[in-house]
Amino acid sequence: MARRTVEVELSTTGLDAQGRPQRVPILTDDGGGGLALQAPPGIEPDLNGEHMLINIGPQHPATHGVLRLVLELDGETVVRCIPHIGYLHCGFEKIGEYRQYNQIICWTDREDYLNSIGNNVAFALGAERLFGIEITERCKVLRVIASELSRIMSHLVWLGTFCIDIGAFTPFLWAFQRREEIYRLIEKWVGARLTTSATRVGGMAADIPSGWMDGLRQFIRTFPHTLDEIDRVLTKNAIWVGRTVGLGVMTPEEAINWGLSGPMLRASGVDYDVRKDFPYLDYETYDFEVPVGTNGDVYDRYLVRFEELRQSVRILQQAADRLPDGPVNIDDPRVILPPKSKATSEMESMIHHFKVVMEGPRPPIGESYFAVESPKGEKGYYMVSDGTAKPVRWRIRPPSFVNLAAIPKMVEGHLLSDVIAINASIDIVMGEIDR
Amino acid sequence: MSRFEVVKTGASASGDQPSTQKKLSHRGEPANPSVQAMQQKFGGAVKRAEVIWGETVVYVEPASVHDIIRWLHDDPSQRYDFLSDVTAVEYRDSEVPIEVVWHLRSLPFRRFLRVKSQIPKGQPLEIASVYDIYRSADWLERECYDMFGIRFRGHPDLRRILMWEQYKEGFPLRKDFPLRGRFSRSEQLRQALAQNPEARYSMEELTIADAFAELPNDMRERLSKGERTGE
Repeated sequence: MARRTVEVELSTTGLDAQGRPQRVPILTDDGGGGLALQAPPGIEPDLNGEHMLINIGPQHPATHGVLRLVLELDGETVVRCIPHIGYLHCGFEKIGEYRQYNQIICWTDREDYLNSIGNNVAFALGAERLFGIEITERCKVLRVIASELSRIMSHLVWLGTFCIDIGAFTPFLWAFQRREEIYRLIEKWVGARLTTSATRVGGMAADIPSGWMDGLRQFIRTFPHTLDEIDRVLTKNAIWVGRTVGLGVMTPEEAINWGLSGPMLRASGVDYDVRKDFPYLDYETYDFEVPVGTNGDVYDRYLVRFEELRQSVRILQQAADRLPDGPVNIDDPRVILPPKSKATSEMESMIHHFKVVMEGPRPPIGESYFAVESPKGEKGYYMVSDGTAKPVRWRIRPPSFVNLAAIPKMVEGHLLSDVIAINASIDIVMGEIDR
Repeated sequence: MSRFEVVKTGASASGDQPSTQKKLSHRGEPANPSVQAMQQKFGGAVKRAEVIWGETVVYVEPASVHDIIRWLHDDPSQRYDFLSDVTAVEYRDSEVPIEVVWHLRSLPFRRFLRVKSQIPKGQPLEIASVYDIYRSADWLERECYDMFGIRFRGHPDLRRILMWEQYKEGFPLRKDFPLRGRFSRSEQLRQALAQNPEARYSMEELTIADAFAELPNDMRERLSKGERTGE
């Protein structure tokens, strides 16, 4: 196990002579003056090499959906892990081949359902590349706001459920309370909370209503307080540190080779972020940092995601400040629906309306792979068009599918209870893995 | 094992911080410089290259896919160290061959390359696995096999991943597979009810744990007759 020193504050409720919280060394001295986490030399009963088979899931709250893990245990140590997925398989990619591009947007909601509005944005960007469309400046900024709000939402769910898995209940409530505020904002904007379908090829389903930015600004102002609170409770908490440090270590070379992306890859010390390396939506003009871990363990993944929350707030602030006026949708009647009032009063608009709804916009022959930085990692939409209104192939590159594939590598050699922590640190969404 | 050095992406790339691509033309964008190097190195095995919406696509011979991707991964002037995706495309036109697609990224050079290989009609759907180059190909190739029936030679554990092991209807993403499935709803229901809910472990899982002896008698009998349980 990696030896590592973490300064721990919240280890006890007792007070010392100065009235400060007492520090009780539940950790052993590493000889160099610091505290190191080290498994105490336990005395294990002799099991004569007998191994046990344990089944976790698919119906288990700590597997975050319908993931099933078959574990071979030697005592309490995992010798081998075989994951089984596919319980939620719905054939999204097959259905997409029978749908027009704007109709597929509704399917992207249901795939990574914690990040639905971010998926809408990603799909619309991919389709726009396939159509050769340049979206308006206002639309770009609105999409940045949508993506970052959805990143915060997704990370808050991850944070809350991670806490529950490890045994902390309070941060879960704090996180979900703030998430509810974002849901209210999203609901005001697009009318739905979870299945947003917020984008269209060439624009958005709706512009933000008046007064919406005030709600966003208030969220930006108050949200960092919640982050500070959670930070104070968790980051230097001895139990938290003890349950997360040194688990599921991936070195940078391993992480790249296993195809990890997003916070999983960055926690291993690779500063690959699609927003920086292959930018879209003018992300290069926003001032934000990419947090990178240095140990590649569960604790670093926690730190990286936590810092990403703060960086997302920074991006939101900049986007709110620069939101330009102007149209949201591009001015092209072949892809964008005319306003309803025009469609019912003008002949030409009615024809455009009919053509867009019944036949659907048609891209030229070609293909595009558009990757965005979703909260889980590199999410790519690969679309192949043969010139008709429906794609020949619609492929989702699911980041948590590839991240989950590394779980046998990460859990082997650890304790059974650590499997839960490692699994939670991957931040999986079964809707996206099984599709 | 202690702290890692942070691996910087774009360390070998020349020029400034990349920016959002704007006003891409359909076919007129400059090609990825790796294409020229590939053509020099492999000659005829690289059939053709095209640029669509700024993304470079290289069509390579199915027989030399593994060599080319190995070279792209290892060569210090290419360093495509990140495999984004492995998938396949079948076109609606039955004359057009099935394509296997690899999406590669070079993190040090900040390059993106799409490698494609066409499997001619009538030939067995088989191609070399890149599992030994990229471990991320493990599940991606399994999914591609599950959905298209493409066999990846050299993959150590090529079995279904999203569909269950006894799935008999074929390969769902093939164009000859109907949207509602091959079997009727009643047949699907009948098969689902005929599953043995007790047999939750595959044979492989049972043997690794030496738990065979502790199974219920009827299950042990069925397994000894060679019944494959799957999930």
